[in-house]
Amino acid sequence: MNQKLLSRKAACNIHGQDSSYFLGWQEYEKNPYDPITNQTGIVQMGLAENQLCFDLIESWLENHPDPAAFKKDGALLFRELALFQDYHGLPAFKGALAKYMGEVRGNKVAFDPNRLVLTAGATSANETLMFCLAEPGEAFLLPTPYYPGFDRDLKWRTGAEIVPIHCSSSNGFRITKPALEAAYQDAKKRSLRVKGVLVTNPSNPLGTTLTRYELDILVDFVVAKDIHLISDEIYSGTNFDSPGFISIAEATKGRDNVSHRIHIVCSLSKDLGLPGFRVGAIYSENEAVVSAATKMSSFGMVSSQTQYLLAALLSDKEFTDKYLLENQKRLKERHDMLVEGLRRIGIGCLKGSAALFCWVDMRHLLKSNTFKGEMELWKKIVYQVGLNISPGSSCHCDEPGWFRVCFANMSEDTLTLAMQRLKSFVDSGDCGSNHDSGHQRPRKQFLTKWVLRLSSTDRKSER
Amino acid sequence: MAKKGVPLSEMATADTHGEDSPYFAGWKAYDEDPYDAASNPSGVIQMGLAENQVSFDLLEDYLEQHPQEFGWGCGISSFRENALFQDYHGLQTFRRAVALFMEQIRGGRTQFDPEHIVLTAGATAANELLSFILADPGDGLLIPTPYYPGFDRDLRWRTGVNIIPVHCNSSNGFQITLRALEDACTGAESMKVRVKGFLLTNPSNPLGVAITRPILEEILDFVSQKDIHLISDEIYSGSVFSSDEFVSMAEIVEARGHEERERVHIVYSLSKDLGLPGYRVGTIYSYNDQVVTTARRMSSFTLVSSQTQKMLASMLSDKEFTKNYLRTNRERLKKRYEFVVERLSNAGIRCLRGNAGLFCWMNLGELLEEPTVEGELSLWNLILHEAKLNISPGSSCHCLEAGWFRVCFANMSQQTLEVALRRMKDFTEKMKEG
Repeated sequence: MNQKLLSRKAACNIHGQDSSYFLGWQEYEKNPYDPITNQTGIVQMGLAENQLCFDLIESWLENHPDPAAFKKDGALLFRELALFQDYHGLPAFKGALAKYMGEVRGNKVAFDPNRLVLTAGATSANETLMFCLAEPGEAFLLPTPYYPGFDRDLKWRTGAEIVPIHCSSSNGFRITKPALEAAYQDAKKRSLRVKGVLVTNPSNPLGTTLTRYELDILVDFVVAKDIHLISDEIYSGTNFDSPGFISIAEATKGRDNVSHRIHIVCSLSKDLGLPGFRVGAIYSENEAVVSAATKMSSFGMVSSQTQYLLAALLSDKEFTDKYLLENQKRLKERHDMLVEGLRRIGIGCLKGSAALFCWVDMRHLLKSNTFKGEMELWKKIVYQVGLNISPGSSCHCDEPGWFRVCFANMSEDTLTLAMQRLKSFVDSGDCGSNHDSGHQRPRKQFLTKWVLRLSSTDRKSER
Repeated sequence: MAKKGVPLSEMATADTHGEDSPYFAGWKAYDEDPYDAASNPSGVIQMGLAENQVSFDLLEDYLEQHPQEFGWGCGISSFRENALFQDYHGLQTFRRAVALFMEQIRGGRTQFDPEHIVLTAGATAANELLSFILADPGDGLLIPTPYYPGFDRDLRWRTGVNIIPVHCNSSNGFQITLRALEDACTGAESMKVRVKGFLLTNPSNPLGVAITRPILEEILDFVSQKDIHLISDEIYSGSVFSSDEFVSMAEIVEARGHEERERVHIVYSLSKDLGLPGYRVGTIYSYNDQVVTTARRMSSFTLVSSQTQKMLASMLSDKEFTKNYLRTNRERLKKRYEFVVERLSNAGIRCLRGNAGLFCWMNLGELLEEPTVEGELSLWNLILHEAKLNISPGSSCHCLEAGWFRVCFANMSQQTLEVALRRMKDFTEKMKEG
């Protein structure tokens, strides 16, 4: 059959799976590190997962076996749940989720369960919002650097465009008024109608939270341009340090002419470490958006079995209070460990206070201050050092040399090992032009099988 | 004064979601006044929802005997591994179990490779995905009428793809004919719509009939000749009353060459045969590698909960259980169907001779004031508000002949079914007198 007979969407590569972000994953999958069976494997530092608090959830499950077994007060709810496919969602679950969202925000704002739309993960929530808010060919402005998955989630099937709001290291990658206006003008020059701004707060990949000032100028901007504002707050429960996290809900409390244009995206994949369960949500005070998004959620609903289990978990205030505190504590410890480990190698990070990764400055290790230089360094780190980290270019960063490094998806020992490997690499002088190469170790120590693979992966491979 | 004008997309504000059709309006009437034997005996009985509730006891017994399959046991790593698993390839054990189950339904006459299974959150998502993958906005998919009302939303809403009806009528039991196929293609051509595929539901919803082998062969020949795709939605395959009366497109395709296989894609789900719509388990089985790869990537937007995959993997891999389930489920559905047809016949109502599904296709043409859509909707309204029965009018399924209705029978107890059929009899008698 003629392969051209698939759609343009099927044939294009906007799904972005050819980007380095995903290629690094593939290399990891071919040769994953294991402390016992594969000590020379690649350590996965490109996956923003939270594995630090499973014991808390596991112990809750052990003490509360009923919800997972479809039981309630002795009755078996199997058939009721099996039949429950109402896209309005299980009321008990939406109630629990709304309550949890409030707790994560220090109860400074309250959320109405009826304004929640459940989706199979934030991936689905973000795409659904695009379908609801933008026509094909219209644009959303996003501050750079941003999560590589957005290229697929926001653009692929929707036909929407992303126009970057350029942020730079000169001011800690903060969003500024001139940058917002410049992005808007860029869109205009490209004849793209702007329908909104999408921010991730806490930020992926920066690991920082938006300041009150940034939130205020964002809101002023969307009001002035009469457009929407999507606040992807999936990392809201991972704020572990000051400055604290301020939700857009808090920042817009009491402001006129605003609530109908604000849409919040949440998920349980990052805070609770449950990406497999596919639990995402859109929160909006705009009835038309809630109505349209609810209907669209038919295409990606949350399993009723999962809704039921998590309704019980999230309704348990004693558990959620304890979990949020402990999660913050452990994330901070692990984050500080990574930062300190990098500091000892002479590598700095952007000062972060949230999320599951650090935004690491390796500009001084580049052989040339270009994206080509960044790719060369990245390949060495993946194949020679055996660490899969995410290069800034895959996040659309304007400046070469920045990398996102995850810390919450591995044990302490593995993190220590990763730092040791990186230190050896940096000490060897096999990078950058700033190192004293007088004490260079023999090159062949680093001629591992991955260097050989380096030449083979440069060829375009068919997937 | 707050300004409320920030525009949404055309997609969000148009009514292409199709929820304003009578198919859904009846549901609303039911939601507002649902029948309950004890607390609301005069409420509306829901006969517009194709759910399978006749075999839950079998599932519940299984779960009671295998309680370890719900949770994660005492193994520490089991929970976290499951909670972290978001790979769009899907749990291998689950894919294998689904492949096995699909083979069992087809009496072992076909083989399904787990590597060609793509999981989606329900068949709703599977159908939409295929529409995105096989057609561009403005292109058309041929669909025989009458068809499931949800297709108007699932295949068209967000994809921008058109549905080109292939009209079938009662003169030959609503069977698909070559003539109807050709007419539909000619029509599409005259509207400058490029036809990209044909979507068949087998067994048919709303007809409740398994498509015969000669017609399946003819359809495959037709799509090959036109060089288009073929989607075979087989979500009711386990609900054919007699297992040897179901011929899957997979069987036809296995006897053909590679080139023809590449255009065939099968949709399946656990919502109908197993009665588990709430768990959102659908699948695309494609013989085309590129479609499998693309569908997998797109399934990121609609993955199945890993908790659900894990639980069902164990159950569906238990061959003894599934064999017994499939056999018992078929028997019970067949019994229900025969009961319904007999009672309707006593009330002077004819049905299309069916052999599958959770519903029957009933003809009330004689009761119409006029043989038009308006006449049909007026009768439907009367049945809803006077007989207090929500049934689905044929016009919502795009049937060209007025007076046909889809009546579901597997989503209620035997007692409720008897009440419903009694009401139907009383209503028709009253109508005939009046």
